[in-house]
Order: sequence, then structure tokens, then C-alpha cells
Amino acid sequence: MNNEIKLEFDAISANESFARVAVAAFVTPVNPTLEEIADVKTAVSEAVTNAIIHGYDGKRGKVFLHCILRERTIHIEVKDTGKGIDDVDKAMEPLFTTRPELDRSGMGFSFMEAFMDDLQVLSAPGAGTCVVMDKRFADVSSGPYEE
Amino acid sequence: MDERFHIIDDYLMIRMPEEIDHHQAATLSEQADRYILQAPVKHIVFDFEDTRFMDSSGVGVVIGRYKKIACFGGNVYAVNADRQIRRIIRISGLKKVLKLVEEDTDE
Repeated sequence: MNNEIKLEFDAISANESFARVAVAAFVTPVNPTLEEIADVKTAVSEAVTNAIIHGYDGKRGKVFLHCILRERTIHIEVKDTGKGIDDVDKAMEPLFTTRPELDRSGMGFSFMEAFMDDLQVLSAPGAGTCVVMDKRFADVSSGPYEE
Repeated sequence: MDERFHIIDDYLMIRMPEEIDHHQAATLSEQADRYILQAPVKHIVFDFEDTRFMDSSGVGVVIGRYKKIACFGGNVYAVNADRQIRRIIRISGLKKVLKLVEEDTDE
């Protein structure tokens, strides 16, 4: 199955659950496992949260979510036009956070890496950040649905 | 609102919400900290019975609370964590400090 969606929403925390539920609904037709759906929801939640907290720093802005489903592979882009990341490699280190006062775990990118098959982070200071993630769902071998 | 929090002896029991993301995390942490400061809390038990989703913001909530009680010798425990929550706890490395209390052995 091939399908594509583009969503644009305000960079407010209430939209974090909207974004991950939208993506979960989008991939449902190809019957991913519950675990695969949870993986995608977590990765989307992390990327959108980053855009809101770090990209826009709580200021007004829009988050752009672009999903493409090709057969059993989901391609997800989460983009903001916020302040960008100075050092992407540093930002992707586990436990690294620029906002220690916020109780952040510094595990956002680590989770995206752990739960998706491929992760790329494109960013330019002052221009914004685009997180590009891919995940291939395992083939459904038997039956309509297995727990 | 505050029925999420119970104090039994020197344990603070927190019934975690259905979804723990950045949107929920700040209020949850603030409320928990109020109890930690006001009551003689030594240990914290996070009850994930209702929780169906948690991302790294939830990990931040647990670590943040742990830091507040660890210097007084307190421990943090997790109860009723489903498979997904246990995965998050394992992958994040939270397992080093958060003691998983297994009620049933389905794994």
C-alpha cells in the first residue's frame, strides 16, 4: 500500500499526542504489530517534543509532519523552522540535554534511533531542524492478526 | 486531581497517567515534588497500571524524582508496568535505578 499525508500544526504540547495518534492511524492499514505501532508513536512523540521545546523554545511556531507509506516502510519527516541545532552530533549523544532545568532525560534522539530503522537529523542554526526517520514493518506471514 | 498521590509510611505512591509525554510531565513532576517536600517521603513507587504510553519525558520524570530522594538513601520502584513500559525502562537505562516489581511473570 502506498499513501502520503502532510500535517501542519501549532507547536504546543497538546499536539504531541495528536501527532503520534495520527501517525499510528496512518500506518494501521498495513497491520503493524502493537510493538511496531508503539515504536513509531514513541519516535514521533520525541521528534515533535524536540521541535516544541528546543526548536521553538515555547514560542509560537508550526510543526510540519510528512509521512509516506511505501508498501511496508514508513518514512516520517518532522520539521520545524525554529532555532536549529548548533552541533547535531552532540545533540544526539545519549543523556545530552541543553535544558537540564526542564527535567529532560536527554534520551530523545536515542529513543528515535532505538525504535526506528534509520534516523537522520538535518539542521541549520537559525533555519530549523528536520528529523527524517524510516521504519520497515515485518512481513505479515500468517493470519489476519496475531497477538 | 490529587488522588494520584498516596503516602503510606515513608513511601510516596504515584498512580501514573494514561499517557506520559512532555505535555503531562511538568504538572506530574511539580505535584510529586510538593509531596516530597511536604511529607516525610523516603521512597517512591510509580504505579503504571493506567499507563499505555510513555516517551523519554516520562524517563525524565522518574530520574528527576529519583535525584531528589537518592541523596537520603531512598529508592524508586515501578509496579504494574506493561510490556511497552518495561521496554522503555530497559532501553533508557532507567533499570539501573528503577526497581521493577513484577506482580505476574508473563515474560
